[in-house]
Amino acid sequence: MKVLEGLKYSKDHEWVRVEGNKAYLGITDYAQSAMGNIVFVELPEEGAEVGEGESIGVVESVKSASDLYSPLSGVVVEINEELEDMPEKINQEPYESWIAAVELNNAEELDNLMGADDYIKFLEGEA
Amino acid sequence: MKEKKLIFELSQPGRRGDALPQCDVPEQDINRLIPQDYIRESEPQLPEVSEVDAVRHFTALSQRNHGVDSGFYPLGSCTMKYNPKVNEDIARFDGFSKVHPYQQEEMVQGCLELLYRTDKMLSEITGMARISLQPAAGAHGEMTGLMIMRAYHEQRGEGQRTKIIIPDSAHGTNPASAVMAGFDVIEVTSDERGGVDLESLKAAMNEEVAGLMLTNPNTLGLFDENIVEIANIVHEAGGLLYYDGANANAIMGISRPGDMGFDIVHLNLHKTFSTPHGGGGPGSGPVGVKEELVPFLPVPVVEDKGGTYFQDYDRPLSVGRVKSFYGNFGVIVKAYAYIMSMGAEGLRNASETAVLNANYIMNELKNDYLLPYDRLCMHEFVLSAQKQKDHFGVSAWDIAKNLLDGGYHPPTIYFPLIVKEAMMIEPTETESKETLDGFIEKMKHIAQEAAKDPEKVKGAPYHTVIGRLDEVKAARTPVLKWERLG
Repeated sequence: MKVLEGLKYSKDHEWVRVEGNKAYLGITDYAQSAMGNIVFVELPEEGAEVGEGESIGVVESVKSASDLYSPLSGVVVEINEELEDMPEKINQEPYESWIAAVELNNAEELDNLMGADDYIKFLEGEA
Repeated sequence: MKEKKLIFELSQPGRRGDALPQCDVPEQDINRLIPQDYIRESEPQLPEVSEVDAVRHFTALSQRNHGVDSGFYPLGSCTMKYNPKVNEDIARFDGFSKVHPYQQEEMVQGCLELLYRTDKMLSEITGMARISLQPAAGAHGEMTGLMIMRAYHEQRGEGQRTKIIIPDSAHGTNPASAVMAGFDVIEVTSDERGGVDLESLKAAMNEEVAGLMLTNPNTLGLFDENIVEIANIVHEAGGLLYYDGANANAIMGISRPGDMGFDIVHLNLHKTFSTPHGGGGPGSGPVGVKEELVPFLPVPVVEDKGGTYFQDYDRPLSVGRVKSFYGNFGVIVKAYAYIMSMGAEGLRNASETAVLNANYIMNELKNDYLLPYDRLCMHEFVLSAQKQKDHFGVSAWDIAKNLLDGGYHPPTIYFPLIVKEAMMIEPTETESKETLDGFIEKMKHIAQEAAKDPEKVKGAPYHTVIGRLDEVKAARTPVLKWERLG
């Protein structure tokens, strides 16, 4: 399973890439592999307020549907509309396929997330 | 059986299966009878086949179904037990099948008495005070139960209780019903034995929590041994306990949700009480409640006034109607017939046998597949294909497809979500040891094949009418309608 340095990770297998005060969210290589072929992504609305741990979308595969939880609170400022027509991009390039970007309310929430090394250890514990 | 052509493709212009008699009334111009807007401009493209071809076509279609009448159906959490045909005979009695819901009550006393008696029997089985037989299916029962929960809290001036706690092993319908009923959902984790984690539950309880929804035994097929303590934690914080009866086939006549501390219960008559299940229903999801919640039950409630039965609508605290007329009546008749033919001993025996059958298969297969929670199971259990996936790239999905080739309906796969590569197997009580042995043998064979020739296993099914589908294409661009080219 690919885990990238420089990203933050949640226990729900989401990755976060921070750019300034903005965080791009996606699901990890492990998550896409566990879900199998992804067939549908429900994106949040731009401008929507999200709380820490709240659902901001749904990722549906041939096996199951999973909520996408925002590990950070803030306002949705960008959504990746390309995924509506090409949800399989998440399977192909999980770390390129960001789902939404959130303008952070509280950058300190980032401290609750794991770095790459901790996430690798977390995955080993899950297996 | 192997005929794959659609009936439209069998069609030959001019071929007929029947000859209409000569018209014996004067012909009228259609334009004078029907407004122009409603007259079609082109011929309807109906298939033209002979009678025998039509009969063969529909017979072939019926043979492509897999039902409990055609083979073993161990679909976990769905309790696909055999549906005794005596139930059907009784539901077709003229007195049940030829009544009209608008008939006067004095003309349908037998039907009302049956509803009243079914209420009493299911109340006894679940340990509840009263049952409403109105909800049309399990999720409808959940919705109704949650409406009752809300009405109860609001009547006590505790309308701030807007949250429902649900374990991570729950059926997907639980959070969906809670959200539909206007609640927010809090998820609690499972402990290492597969039960509700008590510390997580305690931490989640507060004055905003309306209640806990729980399936016991849960979706791992495990009985939550801490149920009394769980009930105390929820009740002490002012919440109610909701029992999802999906797995009631494990406990009939042995233990009762009411005695465990549950306040609201739904049952699935189409699972536990042997009415037909699958194919879109109809189902029936009765909801039972403890004494203090009886005023909130949906209207009408069938009551007995000195031997005369009537439908009571005068219930000011009721959550109102949840279904037109009175539930799916024919289904209730079948469940009544089942309970009467089984008797109390028979129901207990059914649950005991269901549990025995599940434990038998589990023990026979636990060396071939990973058994994540290795303890005595109830009426179902969850295996994992993780070993096969890690070593040979063979997934639960592939194993399910191989079972199709053996003439078995696959188990529920990829559920519950807390077990990877889950395969949830529920044999039910109505299967013989020989049937169970046949299934065990097939599962062992698949495990051996996975090690020897994984590519073959990944290509199954080979012997079904349709081979493996492109699941992504089926989900994203399904073609559901036949159209003539050009």
